[in-house]
Amino acid sequence: MNIDQYRREILLFSLVGLAIVAIVAFFGQAYTLRMLAEAACYAILALGLTLQWGYAGLFNAGGMGFVAIGGFITMVVAFPVNDAFWGSEGAKALGFFLIEVAVIVLAVVGLTQIHRIGIRGKLKAVCVMVGLAAAFLFFNNELAPVAKLIETESGFIGGLGLPVLLGWILGGLAAAFVAYWIGKACLGLRADYLAIATLGIAEIIKAILKNADWLTRGTLTVSPLPWPVPTPNDIGFVAARSAYLALTAIMVAVIFVLLQRAYRAPWGRMMRAIRDNEVSAAAMGKDINLRRLQIFVLGSGLIGFGGAALISFARIFDPSGFTPLKHTFLVWVMVLVGGAGNNLGAIFGAVAVYIIWLMGEPVALLLFESVRELGSLWFDWEAPADLMTRALQARVFFVGLTITLALRFVPRGLIPERLNKIS
Amino acid sequence: MNELIFFVNKVLISGTIIGCIYALGAIGVTLVFGILRFANFSHADMMTVGAYIAFIFASLMPGAGALIGLPTGFVVLPLAIICLAAFAIVVDRLFYRPLRERKVRPVMLLVASLGVTLMLHGLVRLFAGTSPRSFFQDEKKDVFRFDVPFELASRDIVISEPQVLLIITSIVCIFALHWFLTHTKLGKAMRAMSDNADLALVSGINTEKIVRATWIIAGSLAAVAGTLLSLDVVLKPDLSFNLLLPIFAAAIVGGIGRPYGAIAGGLLVGFSETLAIFNWSILLRPSAEFLPEWIDIPARMAFVPTEYKIIVPFVILIAVLIWRPTGIFKGQVL
Repeated sequence: MNIDQYRREILLFSLVGLAIVAIVAFFGQAYTLRMLAEAACYAILALGLTLQWGYAGLFNAGGMGFVAIGGFITMVVAFPVNDAFWGSEGAKALGFFLIEVAVIVLAVVGLTQIHRIGIRGKLKAVCVMVGLAAAFLFFNNELAPVAKLIETESGFIGGLGLPVLLGWILGGLAAAFVAYWIGKACLGLRADYLAIATLGIAEIIKAILKNADWLTRGTLTVSPLPWPVPTPNDIGFVAARSAYLALTAIMVAVIFVLLQRAYRAPWGRMMRAIRDNEVSAAAMGKDINLRRLQIFVLGSGLIGFGGAALISFARIFDPSGFTPLKHTFLVWVMVLVGGAGNNLGAIFGAVAVYIIWLMGEPVALLLFESVRELGSLWFDWEAPADLMTRALQARVFFVGLTITLALRFVPRGLIPERLNKIS
Repeated sequence: MNELIFFVNKVLISGTIIGCIYALGAIGVTLVFGILRFANFSHADMMTVGAYIAFIFASLMPGAGALIGLPTGFVVLPLAIICLAAFAIVVDRLFYRPLRERKVRPVMLLVASLGVTLMLHGLVRLFAGTSPRSFFQDEKKDVFRFDVPFELASRDIVISEPQVLLIITSIVCIFALHWFLTHTKLGKAMRAMSDNADLALVSGINTEKIVRATWIIAGSLAAVAGTLLSLDVVLKPDLSFNLLLPIFAAAIVGGIGRPYGAIAGGLLVGFSETLAIFNWSILLRPSAEFLPEWIDIPARMAFVPTEYKIIVPFVILIAVLIWRPTGIFKGQVL
């Protein structure tokens, strides 16, 4: 580790510090605290992604899906109980439905074991496929009336009214559970296949959350989500957001320390060996697919956890609000710009990129306003009426440009991974 | 009888249409995947850009179509193809070639293609706004109705002009591509490179030339697919983002690096989708009088509700990855 790198890190972090001071001066404390609390949540997402991409070279293009799972589970766990639902016929119907689902799942699991009674090979595969299809159809048919009953009687099922932190942890676990099955199917193949599959699962999760009104109220959205700390209604914006920021900052610190230890441990060394040279790692007797699955599940769990914190902070669960841009690609920019494989880089990237992202909004508006002024002044140009919404949409362009430029000019990020060279 | 015609309209025709679109997209993806060795995420957005280029040309010369009797958007298609092929090469020069020259891992190119996707996304939204547009603002969309010569059939088989053009153009494109890949030196070199890059290099094939040809073909097919799709439905900026997963599924089902496989995969995914969201109770309803009374035919009997259409290509994709990662046509597993 050389002095240059330390100097560089100090310089970069002091630049971020200066930016924060300037934002406090211009936009006030409450806004800055909101920005920092969200940046802390994004830092958890970036740590999860840098674990997958930086430690193991796995390409996860489905961050949005895991964020959505985390947010959804938190909503279900922590939102106040909906008494109208629990007293209604819908609750009973849902109970019966869940029992039916349990029976179906048992039947399908039994079906996957039929090789024990002598049905093997292709025949077994056909049996399992037919069984799965039948189970899916049955599930669909049984769910529809129950969902309709709940929607007409009581709107949606509401939450369980449990502590928010429990919701975050369960959200992370649920994301890890989904990641396990995706990883099982794709991790034996090249990174591209995982990218395609995660992209797909993210869209599916969004579609389900958006359309399952009985579970999430769909486009009607659920709010206000509870906080693990006192909310602004109780103690005012500045105090409440400071408390939230403190909580998330502690979590970032804890995750950071644990990941740093893992990186230096034999486990981290093995992961880097697998990333850098799969064949020789396999020759040393490492179970590559199992290790990749491990790190993919762990990273996705972290993304789910961070997503839960992010959605809780917004206080509104809106399935249409999950966008690949904000919840997948922005995190990618943070990791690539910060430096893949370096946890400090991920945190730096999260804070710096999020500041730029938020500041991009007023800057873009200002820029386009002046373009319109000048255009009409000099060329009699009549700007389209939706120029301002277009200006905000155009931020996507800069996210993409940053990704390609970072790949080309700073391929290892602003705070690169530290390589210990043994001389 | 009417039910059967409904089936033809809703499944056979729509399935062929969407299957052709997926096939055209999947050929581009599979060629790039086979030769440049990365999954090109920006392909679907190239399709959108192609459609917008065609739209610009169409609005520059209104009435061009009326001279020949075809939709203007279709008449300007060659111009759009040229522009998009050139554009694809420029994008390659700017964003992919520098990375290739540094000999990075192929997955880095995939990250770069994500960046390109987002840039194209932003450009389209910036210059064209988010509201949908139609090629048929000033023109009439011709619709052909075929009367079925049966007494019980009172409905017609309906197919619109853009749909006919789409099917014909797809077939022409596929045959042209087949001829190119099997009868020209460049096409043979491309196939060689896709099968075994090292061997191709040793035998003196010019890599950059192949890469350029690949981008030209991928760009042209993207322009064709994007324009024809937006002629059939409407032109909107997120037109093709939903296409990405089915296109990848089609390419992988067909086997990476196998253009014919991509065609089969595209049709397979297209028909699976339409069959899965088709309401089967319409076909069963006429049989209701023969069934005992206690059997009720529900009003909706689809395998997958329309909102969850995207599940179909995903399930196909995962099933293929688990059981046969080479795809049905034995492509590569990279």
